[in-house]
Amino acid sequence: MEYIGLSEIRGSSLVVLENVQNPAYEEIVNIKATGVRNKLGRVVQIMGDVVIVQVFEGTEDLSLKNTVTNFTGRPMEIKLSEEILGRVFDGMGRPIDGLGEVYAEQRVNINGKPINPVSRSYPRDYIKTGISAIDGLATLIRGQKLPIFSGNGLPHDQLAAQIVRQAEISKNAKIGEEDFAIVFAAMGVKYDVADFFQRAFEESGAIGRVVMFLNLANDPVTERIITPRAALTAAEYLAYEKGMHILVILTDMTSYAEALREISSARGEIPSRKGYPGYLYSELASLFERAGIIRGLKGSVTQIPILTMPNDDITHPVPDLTGYITEGQIVLDRAMHRKGVYPPVNILPSLSRLMKDGIGEGYTRSDHPDLANQIFSSYARANDARALASVIGEDELSEMDKKYLAFGAQLESKFINQSRGDNRSMLDTLNLGWDMLGLLPRAELDRLGTELLNERYTAKTEADL
Amino acid sequence: MATGKIFGINGPVLDITISSNDTAKGSFFRMSEMVLVGDERLIGEIIALDGSTANNGSSTAVVQVFEDTTGLKPGMDVIGTGSQLSVTLGPGIVANIFDGIERPLKSIEQSSGMFIGQGIHVDNLDTQKKWPTHFLARTGDIAEPGMIFAQTQETVSIMHRVMVPPNVSGVFTFVADDGEYTIVDDIAFVKSDTNADSDDNDAGIASLEFNESDTPAADDRVPLRLAQRWPIRVPRPVKRRMTVNRPLITGQRIIDTLFPIGKGGMAAIPGGFGTGKTMTQHQLAKWSDADLIVYIGCGERGNEMTEVLEDFSHLKDPRTGLSLMDRTILIANTSNMPVAAREASIYTGVSIAEYYRDMGYHVAMMADSTSRWAEALRELSGRLEEMPAEEGFPAYLSSRLSSFYERAGYVTTLNGSEGSITVIGAVSPQGADFSEPVTQNTKRFVRVFWALDRSLAYARHFPAIQWLTSYSEYMDDMENWYVEHVGREFLSHRQEILKILYEESNLMEIVKLLGSDVLPDSQQLTLEIARVIRLGYVQQNAYHSFDTYVPFEKQVKMMEVVLYLSDRCRKLLSSGLPFKALKQSNIFERVIAIKFDVPNDQPEKLNDYFKEIDKSLPKAAD
Repeated sequence: MEYIGLSEIRGSSLVVLENVQNPAYEEIVNIKATGVRNKLGRVVQIMGDVVIVQVFEGTEDLSLKNTVTNFTGRPMEIKLSEEILGRVFDGMGRPIDGLGEVYAEQRVNINGKPINPVSRSYPRDYIKTGISAIDGLATLIRGQKLPIFSGNGLPHDQLAAQIVRQAEISKNAKIGEEDFAIVFAAMGVKYDVADFFQRAFEESGAIGRVVMFLNLANDPVTERIITPRAALTAAEYLAYEKGMHILVILTDMTSYAEALREISSARGEIPSRKGYPGYLYSELASLFERAGIIRGLKGSVTQIPILTMPNDDITHPVPDLTGYITEGQIVLDRAMHRKGVYPPVNILPSLSRLMKDGIGEGYTRSDHPDLANQIFSSYARANDARALASVIGEDELSEMDKKYLAFGAQLESKFINQSRGDNRSMLDTLNLGWDMLGLLPRAELDRLGTELLNERYTAKTEADL
Repeated sequence: MATGKIFGINGPVLDITISSNDTAKGSFFRMSEMVLVGDERLIGEIIALDGSTANNGSSTAVVQVFEDTTGLKPGMDVIGTGSQLSVTLGPGIVANIFDGIERPLKSIEQSSGMFIGQGIHVDNLDTQKKWPTHFLARTGDIAEPGMIFAQTQETVSIMHRVMVPPNVSGVFTFVADDGEYTIVDDIAFVKSDTNADSDDNDAGIASLEFNESDTPAADDRVPLRLAQRWPIRVPRPVKRRMTVNRPLITGQRIIDTLFPIGKGGMAAIPGGFGTGKTMTQHQLAKWSDADLIVYIGCGERGNEMTEVLEDFSHLKDPRTGLSLMDRTILIANTSNMPVAAREASIYTGVSIAEYYRDMGYHVAMMADSTSRWAEALRELSGRLEEMPAEEGFPAYLSSRLSSFYERAGYVTTLNGSEGSITVIGAVSPQGADFSEPVTQNTKRFVRVFWALDRSLAYARHFPAIQWLTSYSEYMDDMENWYVEHVGREFLSHRQEILKILYEESNLMEIVKLLGSDVLPDSQQLTLEIARVIRLGYVQQNAYHSFDTYVPFEKQVKMMEVVLYLSDRCRKLLSSGLPFKALKQSNIFERVIAIKFDVPNDQPEKLNDYFKEIDKSLPKAAD
């Protein structure tokens, strides 16, 4: 059915049509306007024969008279086949690398469907990233969703690129290189950022195994709603139909949430916190929950979403709700960055919820869980000592507090800090952790059992390291 | 049945028009009636009705749909079912996993594969399975509401007691012989002594009919089956509510001894992300001494439900030695499943809990997380364009929360047995700020508050329950139980431990500014004892083979050892010995290590510690 004209245009994302016959909820419409490229939209509300359509490419150049709207009767779909590997798409899943259309083996609804919890297989194999702060203290597990909480000006992109470059699925899983691919979705990021990732993938030689979906900062805001869904649909296809292990990088989730807020406000919805719509949690969950492993299938989807915390505020709704959905988080910290620590991971709020079942005996090494626990606990104490030193001065600290101070400083500069090309093995990371704990007296290590201490503990001084 | 047509669609909320013809014929929608929507017969519920004259004689209704509404069109049919949104209660619930409206996820998997599709219609419970049933009532017996007239072994741990529905009474005119029956077989008939015609006007009773296609009994005999239906928003009746007077023992030291919850009590666990709400809920679900656990994953992670399923199947109940799954019921509405079903999942869970309570079981129900449920309310309220109260939450948030928590309790059931429902709700405050509406409103209705603390979690101190902000109001009610079971000293010991922790926090204010060296010896000792309590007692390792669950008697004994140490040290100090001299012995470390050194099955080893403390500490100064 084609309809001529619109009855209302609301801001940059919504149009209203009247007298529409038989519209279906969430169906895709095609909007043609004279002198403009075709635009796609989606039915977001129906009231009898009045239909509200969200226009993905923005409402610029549309007028109430010059448009022809065509209801397709289908939900938003993208074309998928193995050919998508190595290709670059726009935020709506249309090729923009000049290599032509993708041969479609399947057309898939981008909204996906919830994975049945009984069909899931609990993720247990770790992914080695070669980065001590992650491998040692917030281990990434295959099938996990582990976001990077960052701030503007912090090297989250470099960290994500390094993870992509060095990621290695643990030997338990017996996975060859050809089974591994990356899906990259950019939402509202700067051109430079997209370019950085593209170059990073090229340098690592992985570009042939990367699928990119790019919605840049100057691309239409409404398109941003589609981008992560298109990317995750591609990831699910490669994982569950083609048996690959997919690492999905989603950046920047904050832009995605802002887009939602913009559209919600245009629709006149009742806002909840900071103007974000009440369904922000459900929306984010519908993306993040698309990570996982399905029982009986070979592939997996692992997500590393990146989000920038506005004003570095971890209680802002976007990082807050994200933290409630994802299985942990890696938090980057400005103070660490200023000290010159790369990656500037603040390990205390960083956490991997799935780590407990993917490390230790049979996975990494039996001492790993207790070691990580002890480092967290001692580092928290070191921070207390630091706070005290800033009040009474370092000289006035007790001997013990001074030892903690030294431990904290060394942990940051030797364990967390590493170069961008440094790809540490899991055992190196663990042994380095023991070296750090050597700076503390044995009696202070209350999370470690006597046997473990006998086996691994050697007292060290700063000069030894 | 009443019918209507879709007019407007906005996410999970539909506006429907009801033609005046239907209404004239005497079929009409009721509030909370379950409806089937569209060609795929999606399940929905009536949440508002409007018959004002503004609609040209036809009335309208609002429906919330428990499934994805993609593809619905205006003009599609909405068909009433005549009964409220209900659950099927019968054998086959235990050890099963359901979605928010009691559809078994395993059956959904069989019918739609690994992803949950639209319009799936599966039986709530297996209707084919034959349950070996033993009858306790005989033909001619009086049938009273809630009476147990038959039983069947549901799982190894749970005997399913088949009850007369709460709204049926009369005389058994027929009772089947012992044998194997399915949940849809008529196994008994009751000649009702109430007027059966009144059914029509009572949605609650109408919904108890097993399903609408059944041919009604020729006379006024009510057929009874192994299963019954119950509307989820209506609390099941009880004979009498009782005072909570005995603790739910959870094997977690900080909970059992410092902030205990009673059987039939209600507790909230608020905490920011990463503070271990889910972990604590899992620990409680695993080790609580309840007969049955109902675990509701409400708007949380899919992998967590998978974890519970995988873990509980091979973990053993410390009391019975049987698989934990045999006493567990899971309700999973993960965060990406439809939001309206999330709202319903809490009621589905509590209705199931009430059913087993009525059999005389002690049920513990974990809801993780009630904030997601409140957000579902907010989302639906927003779609209905209701006037919001705080932070977009509807004004009825508080009354909904209270009516949910009030379904907990220790009761005498209709059949005279005692049962209880303990409700433990996790709360996920926005921005970890406890002043937000859900936390504050919850706090008004629960009597135990286990506040999780971010800085404890950052230092990996688990369970991260903050001892200064948490509280339990059940101590007084349960005093007699403690005096009877572990002696009166327990109460003063508990107070002593709390006092030391409180003093520590006051001293820490000074330490943060000046360091601990400036404190007098007696206060340094307080800090040291508090450290022993924090590391050796309050902190508990959920991954340790036996520290994960500690029997109550052992907890009490550990407390005694710590306080004995405190007492001895205090005496030595007052005799003039400096604190440094005490610190030189490693006894503090030895006491901290008790939790890993004394296995649960050898509590007598704890007695040796009293002597060891005497031996290790230096002699009193003269």
